[in-house]
Amino acid sequence: MTAIAVPAGEVSTHGLTKRYRLDVALDHLDLEVPAGCIFGFLGPNGAGKTTTLRLLTGLARPTEGSATVAGIDATTGGRALAGRIGALDQDPRYYGWMTGRELLAFVGRLHGLDGATLRARVDEVLETIGLVDAANRRIGGYSGGMRQRIGIGQAMLPRPSVLFLDEPVSSLDPAGRRDVLELIGRLRGTCTVFMSTHILNDVERVCDRVGILDHGRLIAEAPMDELLASHARPILELDPEPGQDAAVDALVATVRAQAWTRDVRVEHGLVRVFVTDADRAAIEMLPLVVATGVRLGRFERVRPTLEDVFLALVGTAGEIRA
Amino acid sequence: MSAFAGFRLLLAKELREQLRTMRLVVVVVVLAAFGATSPLLAKLLPDIIKAAGTETAGFTITMPTPTTADAVLQLVKNLGQFGLLIAILVCMGAVATEKERGTAGFVLTKPVGRGPFIMAKAVAIGLLLAAGIAAGYALAWIYTAALFEALPLPGFIASGALLWLSLLVIASVTFLFSVLASSSLVAGGAGFVALIVTGIVAAIPGIGAYAPTGLSTPAVALALGTPAGDLAGPIVVNLILVGLALAAAQFAFRRQEL
Repeated sequence: MTAIAVPAGEVSTHGLTKRYRLDVALDHLDLEVPAGCIFGFLGPNGAGKTTTLRLLTGLARPTEGSATVAGIDATTGGRALAGRIGALDQDPRYYGWMTGRELLAFVGRLHGLDGATLRARVDEVLETIGLVDAANRRIGGYSGGMRQRIGIGQAMLPRPSVLFLDEPVSSLDPAGRRDVLELIGRLRGTCTVFMSTHILNDVERVCDRVGILDHGRLIAEAPMDELLASHARPILELDPEPGQDAAVDALVATVRAQAWTRDVRVEHGLVRVFVTDADRAAIEMLPLVVATGVRLGRFERVRPTLEDVFLALVGTAGEIRA
Repeated sequence: MSAFAGFRLLLAKELREQLRTMRLVVVVVVLAAFGATSPLLAKLLPDIIKAAGTETAGFTITMPTPTTADAVLQLVKNLGQFGLLIAILVCMGAVATEKERGTAGFVLTKPVGRGPFIMAKAVAIGLLLAAGIAAGYALAWIYTAALFEALPLPGFIASGALLWLSLLVIASVTFLFSVLASSSLVAGGAGFVALIVTGIVAAIPGIGAYAPTGLSTPAVALALGTPAGDLAGPIVVNLILVGLALAAAQFAFRRQEL
């Protein structure tokens, strides 16, 4: 009896490596992304996220290692792989002479749709991405946000098994970001979404699982809650009332000196205390506040955010945007 | 989707792009203009020189009476030179620009192979040049008939086909470099180098007739309905050059990372 290797995940990589001469863009990536989940692929700029996506979509070949997408060998690419995926580039550029509707119809035809089925699907996608009014305008006249929307539309049009999105909301305004993230969220369970981004809030809003890449290496990969629970340290958050800078400085200095304090960060007037012993800190914190005379608007033990995990693991705050 | 179905869809897209971006109109109008003005210029050149008043400068230029051969010579020279420039210009960015902009990556994450992508572009460019040459030759035939005499149509068409073949060689070499290079300027430069090299080869006795630019002499003869010699060898050699360049482009593009 011949043993058949069954891929464990909808996206599965083993030792996937990409070198450009002496540079290692991706270093032995082992990843299993289950079917139907929304996977957030995080990392600072230059971590290897786009390289990974290019390898998984068949646009580049690995130096070593293997990868399957929807059960198809991604390292050889080809039409079989392309027929099962949708892909959105980081900086989507399309044929400027086409209208949005024409671009979607073109993609639909390349995926074998035609006639009434194609027209209905194009209309449906235009509605979903909110470009009905601009459907007959040339893409060359689209704004960055509109290009990103039509990019998401073309990627999802063929109802792919796996949707690869490289920074899908980077060019969108806040309302556009919200809409697109809601749209991605609605895809949960219908297809696997593999989304690369460096915007941590977005990942926290929609992703089930997270992988963190740094210098080409996967340094963490787990379901979101598990990752937050296992990597994040407890945080106490103090929100002093405005106009008491000197007292707050004194409080911060006092808190820093405590044995249970790991780090203190002051961001926009908010004091975040990273502690090693949350229970002890919760008891001893308020007497310190009273002693320094700081008036608090709020004192809370907060759930660690993905940003906290990210910073703890990668430690490159200057390169990320929360 | 079969490779042929993918090719058909991509070719339709390429042809629509030529129309929408006005590339088709520009190429056809420019080559048609050269086609129309070639016999006109041949006819009017003695009058133009006379009107320039050369006799007052102390010497006299005696111009021979213009003939049909002058018109055809002008036509083949003009369409050959400007057709080659146009062939380089339309080919230099054919693939390089799509790679630069990322549109190649966009198309190739769809279920069409890289082979159909390359072939659709090559065929569309071939058709574009054919349309330009056809327009130029059609107007040239009409003007020649009106100003001189009607030329035998089969030979005239064969002449146009031969000129088209010479353009295809330079176009396919430029196209190959558009695949190999990461910028369209490099591809254009390589096309010009190819043009210069074929010009030098065309001047070498014995093998010159096999160079793409060497096809202009039999093209003139065919248009005039005079014997053009044995064309089988030069035609086969130039077809092989086109085939080799396109095969190399296909081979290189299949191995490229986007």
